Amino acid sequence: MAVEEKEIEWLGKSVKRKEDDRFVRGAGNYVDDVVLPNMLHMAILRSPFAHARLTSIDTSAAEALDGVVAVVTGALLAEHNLAWMPTLSGDTQAVLATDKVRFQGQEVACVVAENPYIAHDALELIEVEYDPLPVIVDPKKSLDDDAPVIRNDKEGQKDNRIYHWEAGDKEATDRAFEGADVVVSLDTHYPRSHPAPLECCACIADVNPGTGKTTIYMTSQAPHAIRTVFAMVTGLPEQNIQIISPDIGGGFGNKVPVYPGYVVATAASLLIGQPVKWTEDRSGNLASTGFARDFHMHGELALDRDGKMLGLRVGMLSDQGYAYADAQPSKFKAGLFHIVTGSYDMPAAHVVTDGAYTNKAPGGVAYRCSFRVTEASFLIERLVQNAAYEMDMEPAELRRKNFIRPEQFPYTSVTGFIYDSGDYEKALDLALEKSGYNELRAEQKRMRDEGKLLGIGLASFTEVVGAGPSRDYDILGIKMFDSAELRVHPTGKAILKLGVKSQGQGHETTFAQIVASELGIPPDDVTVQEGDTDNTPYGLGTYASRSTPTGGAATAVVARKLREKAKEIAAHTLEVAPEDLEWKGDHFFVKGAPDQSTTIQEVAFAAYTNHPQGMEAGLEGVTYYDPPNMTYPFGTYVVAVEVDAKTGEWKVRTVVAVDDCGIRINPMIVEGQIMGGLTEGFAMSSMQQIAFDEEGNCLGSNFMDYLLPTAWETPHFELHETVTPSPHHPMGCKGVGESATVGSPAAYANAVVDALLHLGVRNIDMPMTSAKVWEAMQQGRQAQDQ
Amino acid sequence: MFPRSFEYFAPTSIEDALALLAEHGEDAKVLAGGQSLIPLMKLRFAAPDYIVDINRIQGLDYLEEQDGSLRIGALVRTSDMERSELIASRYPAMAAAAPLISDPVVRNLGTVVGSLCHADPQGDWASVMLAMGAELVCRSATGERRVAIGDLIDGPFTTTLEPNEIATEVHVPDPGAHSFGTYLKLERKVGDFASVGVAVHLALDGDRVERAGIALTAVGAGNIKAKEAEDALAGAVLDDATIDRAASLAAEAADPKTDLRGSADYKREIVRVFVTRALSQAATAKAA
Repeated sequence: MAVEEKEIEWLGKSVKRKEDDRFVRGAGNYVDDVVLPNMLHMAILRSPFAHARLTSIDTSAAEALDGVVAVVTGALLAEHNLAWMPTLSGDTQAVLATDKVRFQGQEVACVVAENPYIAHDALELIEVEYDPLPVIVDPKKSLDDDAPVIRNDKEGQKDNRIYHWEAGDKEATDRAFEGADVVVSLDTHYPRSHPAPLECCACIADVNPGTGKTTIYMTSQAPHAIRTVFAMVTGLPEQNIQIISPDIGGGFGNKVPVYPGYVVATAASLLIGQPVKWTEDRSGNLASTGFARDFHMHGELALDRDGKMLGLRVGMLSDQGYAYADAQPSKFKAGLFHIVTGSYDMPAAHVVTDGAYTNKAPGGVAYRCSFRVTEASFLIERLVQNAAYEMDMEPAELRRKNFIRPEQFPYTSVTGFIYDSGDYEKALDLALEKSGYNELRAEQKRMRDEGKLLGIGLASFTEVVGAGPSRDYDILGIKMFDSAELRVHPTGKAILKLGVKSQGQGHETTFAQIVASELGIPPDDVTVQEGDTDNTPYGLGTYASRSTPTGGAATAVVARKLREKAKEIAAHTLEVAPEDLEWKGDHFFVKGAPDQSTTIQEVAFAAYTNHPQGMEAGLEGVTYYDPPNMTYPFGTYVVAVEVDAKTGEWKVRTVVAVDDCGIRINPMIVEGQIMGGLTEGFAMSSMQQIAFDEEGNCLGSNFMDYLLPTAWETPHFELHETVTPSPHHPMGCKGVGESATVGSPAAYANAVVDALLHLGVRNIDMPMTSAKVWEAMQQGRQAQDQ
Repeated sequence: MFPRSFEYFAPTSIEDALALLAEHGEDAKVLAGGQSLIPLMKLRFAAPDYIVDINRIQGLDYLEEQDGSLRIGALVRTSDMERSELIASRYPAMAAAAPLISDPVVRNLGTVVGSLCHADPQGDWASVMLAMGAELVCRSATGERRVAIGDLIDGPFTTTLEPNEIATEVHVPDPGAHSFGTYLKLERKVGDFASVGVAVHLALDGDRVERAGIALTAVGAGNIKAKEAEDALAGAVLDDATIDRAASLAAEAADPKTDLRGSADYKREIVRVFVTRALSQAATAKAA
């Protein structure tokens, strides 16, 4: 039959998000929306002290309160060997404190009650005696010889060092510095921030005494990995554990780890025999769950007199809090921070990293970031900008001179990464052109003559995303492949089941478009299912911009497998040999006779009704995709800011972002991701920090103190793209969800510093509050007066 | 939110509300806009046994001039101030402050009187009212009195309001036939409390300042009336030297603390910059 003209090209189309219908109607289904029969409610008592011995806990008054079902303490958990749990970085973390509390906000006891009001009332009735201990908030002091040992629970732990890890070649780097004409150095602190997803943590643990089945509704970015960790921690048989991660209100890395609340709720449900719900409040989320960043960084860049980079030396001290509790590829102790050579053809580099315990919340999650590439990108882009000032070169030109050139790809960096593809100069040129960079520079000069401050910042970042190839990447030994299972039903509709898990990234649309593109089934006819471990193939989840590089690749591969089988079936129904058939978008036709054709929907029906003898019926398959390499998205951002010379306030005037993430599946969703990242980069550079006082009190545990930008102050973004496909991804795609969080903070920081250049200012640590900008101007003016 | 349990009353007359306060006194709290009280109850920093919700009392939402002075009823929301033509035309300091207070959701519910009674040193309305020389009308079952805003504030989150009293009205004296006013606020983002706020009100007589009101937000244990700066302006012409002197005196009146929002020096400097800006604006407006 003839095929009518219709939509067959789905790649690169801004299809409206299929999932938004239910979200805009308020019909999403989040964990807190789930209500089970006989469900109980849990609340957590947290430590007011940052470091103290736990001398006694009296729960009798709380237990006596009407409506309280149980009060769980560390001592009770210890009886079941559940007082401590492993972290995703191979450390341990207390579920409920038994010996000491080690940060303010640590979980001390939990109340399980008939309703959350009673549970909270009972928290006030628990009497805890603490014996305060010296508090360590500074990771540098934490590594002093006489510092009290925070993790005295760990056998053999004699100090507060978590790891010492190096990358690169020290000797080669030392030689490079000996021969250098110019050395530029920078010390900067990338402050502790928090992903602060709109939805805090939540779970319902339902251990059914009748069936032996444990069902846990949990707002998790990595439900399969969580299932395995739960099986290992609790000893429950893994086939009896089902993790259901329904709609998630944002994750940003915060919802990768296992948190104490999840474990206690499960233990409580097991002991009580009823479902137990725990919905975290905002303060609990900000004070106790996975924070991000908190890297104290030192960088030195060596150059020759022409501006050619010779070598890079980096020292980094990570403030991990009291537990090393990020999700980390086990081979790389500081994540992928050693990609710190960035977009540059660096002949030598040496990176020394140390992790330290402090009396702060555990974590170090990669907040919208591929395992610490954010901090790395920030450091190199700040260093390069300062090097340009030192050499009196235009920062854009210093970058251009040192970029890895297109013909050098695949490029092996001196710290061991194999960059897949890139054309950095093209992105730079486009950003300069679209931002009117030269005009901005001219205007900057004019304004400075009038006493007004305009600053222009650049960042030409390269990311490493899509973990990862099994040879290098695992979490607790589980390799970081991902999976897709595709079933095409007899009527030609399909369901795609994935091991990754959307938290707002638009998987239900993007991945349906991949199926549509590969198999010709329109996106509306493809249901994407994620997050239920009983009904999706195993995968490591969604973070580190890995879904499209891994799960997306798996989807393309499995769709292609099905297309091969479909071809056999089509040959059978059209009564020709398979090699006589050609594929076009959504149908096969006989070469030279386009009228003789059959649609994918007809083939799907035949797969269940008229398949060839000797072939298995059905049209479905599963693929586990082990990526051959990481993907390396890149781009250049230009930011212009105006600084108030009297108050230090600064306003963004221009943000031009050129991103290259290879082939874009849904440009609208990609642009949404980039705008989100640019907003978060703005937030980190301007206002966000989880700070602590000397006693270890958390000064950022609510939204009055931990600031999220609103639409009012968020700048306008102008987006552009270049397209350099990944040579190894089946569709040429790279990850993009985190590019702008990674690339933009340095652009904002460079812009503010650039505005104050004439005052001798070369660094302001983030968040660049108006007060800090004012102090920097004051110091600059005073220095000039002397 | 999971506050402690409390008993809730929604009286429909001011007399009933006052009777409830007379009965429950210190164990009761008045609920108007709820934008300060409810968050405190959520965090269990406040746990009143009785809530007396005055929102169903008719006739407390007046915003009008009477006998030459302005009356702002206890249920006038900040958004009412923001949208009022009367405020826009006659009370520029209030008109400047209203849109800078928190965010639209808070402004739609939060009341001017409630903000004054909460006595948060970072509260914006108290500075504006201090600069304007306003008084609070306080009623109890047994009588009524007027308290100047400066006498109302007794420290951070502490007022001289009696437990059996309801603040029913702010009373603002005639701003003068020719007046200038503004409110400048340093905040870290929209919706933030003030890092520093400066309210300026000037009654003008030709070239001269007849009477000046300057008050400061978030730079002390309470909102601060910059008395010496006001005195320096009274009767003076707004030339550069006068402006500098008044700005410096206002900065000296500030007593800020160093915190994450900035050092004490920084905040004091912001007071100086803001007062300079406000007075320069007044001088320019007058010239034009």
